[in-house]
Amino acid sequence: MNFAQVVQYAFSGITVGSIYAIVAVGFNIIYNTTGIINFAQGEFLIIGAMTAISVSRIAPLPVAILVAVVVTTALGGLIEFVFIRPVKKASVLRLIIITIGLSILIREAMLHIWDEQVRSLPYFTGTAVSSLTILGAHISPQVLWVLGASAVIVAALTLFFRYTLMGRAMRACADDSMAARLCGVNDRWMVTLSFMLSAGIGALAGCVISPVTQTQYDMGAPLAIKGFTVAIVGGLGNSMGAVAAGLFLGLLEALVVSQFAAAYKDVVAIIVLLLILVFRPSGLFTRGDVSALRTA
Amino acid sequence: MDNVLLETRNLHRSFGGVHAVEDVTFKVRPDAIKAIIGPNGAGKTTLFNLIAGTLTPNEGEVFFRNKRITGQKPHAVAALGIARTFQTTKLFPHMTVLENVMVGRHARTRAGFLAGMLNLPWTWREDRQSQAKATEILESLGLSKYASETASNLSFGRQRLAEFARALATEPSLLLLDEPAAGLNIYETKELGELIRRIRDTGITCLVVEHDMSLVMDISDEVVVLDQGQKIAEGPPSAVQRDPEVIRVYLGDEHA
Amino acid sequence: MRLRTYYPVIAGMALIVLLHVVLRVADATYYMTQITMSAYYALVVIGLCLLMGYAGQISLGHAGFFAIGGYTSAVMTTYNLSPWSDSSWVGGLDSLGLLVRWEDLYGTEILSFSPWVAFGTAILLTGIIALIIGMPVIRLKGHYLAMATLGFGLIVYRVALGTPILGRADGISNVPPFRFIDGLQVNGRAPFRVQNYYIAWTAVIVAMVLSLNLVRSRVGRALRSIHENEEAAHSLGVNTYRYKLGTFILSALFAAMGGVLLTHYNGSIGPSEVTVMKSVRYVAIVAVGGMANLWGALIMGILLNFLSLRGVFGTFDDAVFGGILIAMMLFAPQGLLRVPELRAFSALLSRRSHG
Repeated sequence: MNFAQVVQYAFSGITVGSIYAIVAVGFNIIYNTTGIINFAQGEFLIIGAMTAISVSRIAPLPVAILVAVVVTTALGGLIEFVFIRPVKKASVLRLIIITIGLSILIREAMLHIWDEQVRSLPYFTGTAVSSLTILGAHISPQVLWVLGASAVIVAALTLFFRYTLMGRAMRACADDSMAARLCGVNDRWMVTLSFMLSAGIGALAGCVISPVTQTQYDMGAPLAIKGFTVAIVGGLGNSMGAVAAGLFLGLLEALVVSQFAAAYKDVVAIIVLLLILVFRPSGLFTRGDVSALRTA
Repeated sequence: MDNVLLETRNLHRSFGGVHAVEDVTFKVRPDAIKAIIGPNGAGKTTLFNLIAGTLTPNEGEVFFRNKRITGQKPHAVAALGIARTFQTTKLFPHMTVLENVMVGRHARTRAGFLAGMLNLPWTWREDRQSQAKATEILESLGLSKYASETASNLSFGRQRLAEFARALATEPSLLLLDEPAAGLNIYETKELGELIRRIRDTGITCLVVEHDMSLVMDISDEVVVLDQGQKIAEGPPSAVQRDPEVIRVYLGDEHA
Repeated sequence: MRLRTYYPVIAGMALIVLLHVVLRVADATYYMTQITMSAYYALVVIGLCLLMGYAGQISLGHAGFFAIGGYTSAVMTTYNLSPWSDSSWVGGLDSLGLLVRWEDLYGTEILSFSPWVAFGTAILLTGIIALIIGMPVIRLKGHYLAMATLGFGLIVYRVALGTPILGRADGISNVPPFRFIDGLQVNGRAPFRVQNYYIAWTAVIVAMVLSLNLVRSRVGRALRSIHENEEAAHSLGVNTYRYKLGTFILSALFAAMGGVLLTHYNGSIGPSEVTVMKSVRYVAIVAVGGMANLWGALIMGILLNFLSLRGVFGTFDDAVFGGILIAMMLFAPQGLLRVPELRAFSALLSRRSHG
């Protein structure tokens, strides 16, 4: 493989890896506030993309994306309100099962609302064949959009959790919900907010990756699994770790695809998942060092 | 007679930077009632967990009947003859009181998966024996009429008693009691003291973590005092009561 | 004391015969096919009920064990060893009586392993894999365990989908019937319908009896204690790790059994038996039936699978199970048969078994 090809694969890896990272960050936000793993996380990306695709028929792209993010965010809050909040004896097992059920329902709803066709948003800039040349490799401009959006999301979240009142309230809930409640933080709404936030960033991520990977109603589950793998590898609740782990998985997949058959790509994530669960469930990046996004 | 049932040597256990138990060494003689006291956070429950096998020490050893049991898993420790109760009662809430106590017979019985699935006749006898023993223990603690009651329906005091019964069902030589008097009133505490003495008289050594000083002084043969993970005194209750370090830790410097 | 547990079993047997009579009279014996299939799926559900309800562990990959059983049996009974019939090892296997010669639908002469050998291998292999997977995985808690079992199921799916000898996306489809003795065989074709109805129900009854026995035994008590308070159980001498692992393996074996029998009944097996949705369905059924309620799980297993197989749920098939999961967790976490309205019925059954 010559250098240009390496660059090509590397870009492909970090593109897809940054999406995994965003899914993982979504997991972390909800996990940190509630201790739940939201199995339906991947569906938010697909809902966002599908909604944007539909709206983009009657409105300009930026508006479509905005609408999609808003709708999905609202949906995230609704889901929490209707399905998570009323659970009385909230054991881990019970909540896992509910989010699994939710992911199925959402997926089936999408199937009936949209059908099983593969769709995609148009490329944000340029077309399917336009390309930039970076270090000798031909990269679609959409890749830059993906990387840019991911970076913005991560940066915005960092700022949100560190500097805004609401963000800090959420972190307080994550650390000690009793103490947070005593300080007047309404932890029930914090939970709803965490779902909404996760849904929103998921929708944005779904939109930005749609031109590259296409969108189909059942892509949510594989995304969720990979996102979960990444979240675990990075350490559940640790978003900087999630970013690193996401890029790592993306690059690993690209490596496997370049050397072996593309069919083995998905197996990589599963094997990584099993290995990490067996040997290091607390994640690779959880000893000591972590940065501002620890509780995001 | 230097007869020692349980011995810990230089036990260390820390969590993150916190030394929950630091260099704790003490012995428990058979047929004694020994109490472990100390302010909150002194490491008493951690010490129990180290002995019972729920936690592994970072350093140090635990010996039971002169055999090293450090780091053995809880079920193995139970099989050796050490039983325990918990600070907050851990009964099996949806099982009956009798079933709870019968689980205590687990280490003394054998029927496994295959025998259970095939319902082999020898398991019937074993089950009958387990049930008989469990009933016997419930009777001795005055809980017979609650045998078929679901455990979570019992009053707090009776739940505690049921947990006792369950621990006794394992036929222990050493009983670890974690704050058994917590939440009991004066009369109940007195009865508890009587019960512990009766248990000791049947040949079961008792190691008790307690806050209730009257109980401790009343029934203990010896007392160990912990503060911030370290042992600061050991001896008969009267001596420990007068120990300046102990007084300082409990009441503050001016009183020492 | 023990006999009371079996009254529902006897009642069940009577019901099974009654059902046969009713179908005969209504000239609707073709329903038996789906009932038979549902019965085999119920084997998976029974095992999973032991794992989830009693040992308190979740598995989102149980379809994987079903598939390991089914595929192993399918491969071994269909792989034609004729090209090597001259070699010594094939000759050796043949002389040991492990091989059979038969003719498939197309008239080809096939030399393959006998269904008994295939069956034994399938069960053994499943047990070994369950042990290997279970050992590290059973230590995990909650969502970690769920994900690990999900990952396992996914791997089995990928392997089934991608391996040539397993038929890839088409699966294996000329699986011969499983002949027990002359005249008694697991065979999905019409002439054998009634016979297979009873074979399937016999398998279910055996599984139920074994499970009911287990639940009432010392092991069952230990499992329940682990589920209710693992720390306390551990402190009383229960080797929690070993019991959880044992139940995991046992439930895997039940699933494999269902897989083998259904494969021979259908004459085929494909990757669609190993999807995540399949595993989720099994979980949904156990949840609806009542986590620790063997009878509930069985009844729901038969009912829901039958309805699904008859296409009653239409294109909303998956959605139904997803909805069931959610509804159960929100409204009746102990299962439908514990909801007060159905208390009387459930009390009748649960007084007999542990419930």
